[in-house]
Amino acid sequence: MTFRVHVRVTPRTGLLDPQGQAVQHALHELGFAAAAEVRIGRAIELRLAAASAAEATDLARRMCDKLLANPVTEDYAIEVES
Amino acid sequence: MTIRVAVVRFPGSNCDEDALRAAQRAGADAVFVWHRDDDLGGADAVLLPGGFSYGDYLRSGAIARFSPIMKAVQRHAEAGGAVLGICNGFQILCEAGLLPGALARNSGLTFVSKPVPVRVERTDTPFTSAFAPGATMTLPVAHGEGRYTAPADVLDALETDRQVVLRYAEGANPNGSANDIAGICNAAGTVVGIMPHPERVADPLVGSAVGAGFFDSLLAWAAPAPR
Repeated sequence: MTFRVHVRVTPRTGLLDPQGQAVQHALHELGFAAAAEVRIGRAIELRLAAASAAEATDLARRMCDKLLANPVTEDYAIEVES
Repeated sequence: MTIRVAVVRFPGSNCDEDALRAAQRAGADAVFVWHRDDDLGGADAVLLPGGFSYGDYLRSGAIARFSPIMKAVQRHAEAGGAVLGICNGFQILCEAGLLPGALARNSGLTFVSKPVPVRVERTDTPFTSAFAPGATMTLPVAHGEGRYTAPADVLDALETDRQVVLRYAEGANPNGSANDIAGICNAAGTVVGIMPHPERVADPLVGSAVGAGFFDSLLAWAAPAPR
């Protein structure tokens, strides 16, 4: 089976995110005063051949631990759809 | 008696020539090795130069750490061999797990390229023995991701175990680095990573040679102990 995998990598909670701060500042300047806690990360999408959704998730997790995310500075979330 | 130094070139390295020249000026037999090579050609020490390996894609150093040569660098480091990572080289060493922590985006958001005053905190490493303890000097930095970050317990351990090699002078921290850290080493003191660029100020021709000490140190480290 083939799965569509969405990986979302974000700066670790509590870690300074200067990009997020700058964008939040810009949003406030534009009048979006309600915007708070802006964080900027990256989205990675891939197609993955696996026997099951569980296997796809497990593979994606290993990819994140090994390469896609840095455990010191980033958190990640995985979404798998068939 | 000289020392053989391997300067690793990744696609996107751009301080490789300067690093090679600085090592040669100090008297080393310095050669380039390509990122696809799988051995260091019998080198006694390794330099990972600055630049933007693999375009800094994903994260600085994240892809370079998986290049074939890094397996050899890993073995060399584990055997107690000397390794110096400068700027992007420091980022690669952190990504590879040869040094703890990570280099995050500068707190000021901008790419910082300027001379910065630093202090040598540790002089018993292969790259800093030529300096007096606490020596201060001005070295250029040039990076967008140089803010040293590590979990609190790791930072504490780095301080307790004297693994901070180089620190930005008080009030001169250019990137928001934790504890003003500009460079660290592994527990053995043999693997060193620094954000500033000593290889850019290693020749009086360019106006300053204060960085030459990092490379002179290496030669002294390799020399047989006096009997």
